[in-house]
Amino acid sequence: MLAESLALSAVLFTIGAIGVLTRRNAIMIFMCVELMLNAVNLTFVAVSKVYGMAGQVFVFFVMTVAAAEAAVGLAIIIAVFRHRQTVNLENINLLKG
Amino acid sequence: MPNFFYEVHFYLFGLLAIGSSIAFVTRKSPVAAVLWLVVTMFCLAALYALLEAHFIAVIQVLVYAGAIMVVFLFVIMLLNLGHPAEIADIRGKWGRLAAGLLGLALFAQVMALAGKRLPQPFTPGSGYDPDAVRDLGAIGSVAQPLFNEYLLAFELTSIVLLVAIVGAVVLGRRRRVDAR
Repeated sequence: MLAESLALSAVLFTIGAIGVLTRRNAIMIFMCVELMLNAVNLTFVAVSKVYGMAGQVFVFFVMTVAAAEAAVGLAIIIAVFRHRQTVNLENINLLKG
Repeated sequence: MPNFFYEVHFYLFGLLAIGSSIAFVTRKSPVAAVLWLVVTMFCLAALYALLEAHFIAVIQVLVYAGAIMVVFLFVIMLLNLGHPAEIADIRGKWGRLAAGLLGLALFAQVMALAGKRLPQPFTPGSGYDPDAVRDLGAIGSVAQPLFNEYLLAFELTSIVLLVAIVGAVVLGRRRRVDAR
C-alpha cells in the first residue's frame, strides 16, 4: 500500500498546487495550501508504516504549524479586508511597482 | 496482511479523496469549497486509520476537520464571502495555462516514478519496532519518540503556538479610532 499512498499523496498535492495557481480568492488559496500540507502528511504516515514512528511525530508537528499558520493567516486576511473591503488578490496590489 | 476488504476500502477512500479535492478546487462558492475540503480531510483520516496510524487519524478529525476548518468557515461568514464574488474568482487564460502545465509536469513525474520501485536502501530505520503499536498502544507508540528523541522540538512547538496566538490577537484587534 506504500506506493499507492505515495501516488495518492502526489495527486492531492498537484490538485492543491493547481488550486493555488488558478484561484484569486485569498481564503481559497489558503485552503489549497492546507490541502497540500495534508498531502505531505499522507506521505509521512505512509512512510512511517515502513520506516518507523518518526513519520507520525512529524505529522504531529506539521499539524501544529498548520494550526498556527491558519490562525495568523486568517488574522492577516481579516486585517486586509478591513482596509480594502476585498480578499481578491487582483485588488491587493499595494506592493506592485 | 492486506486482504480484499482492506484494499477495497483503501481504494474507495483514495478515490473519494481525489474526487472531493477536485470538487473543492472547482467550487465557486467558498462555503461549498470548505465543506468539500472537510470531506477530503475525513477520507484522509480513514486512510490514516487503514495505515495503522490511529492517533493521527483521530487528530486529523479533531484538529483539521474540526478546528481549522471551522475557523475558515467562521472567517468566510464573518467577512460575508459566502456568495460567489462579482469579479471571477478563477484566473484567466494565462493562469489556467500555467496551472495546467504545472499539473501535467507533476503528473508526468508521478507516472515516471510509478514505473520504478522505491530505492533499495529504503529499509526500516534504527528506531523501527514492528510491534510498537501492539505493545504500547496507538497513543503510546507515538508518544514514545515524541517525548524522547523529539522533546526539544515538542517544547519549541509551544513557542510557535504562543507566537501565533499573540500575532493573531494583535493583527485581528480593531484599532481605536481616537488613537490618531
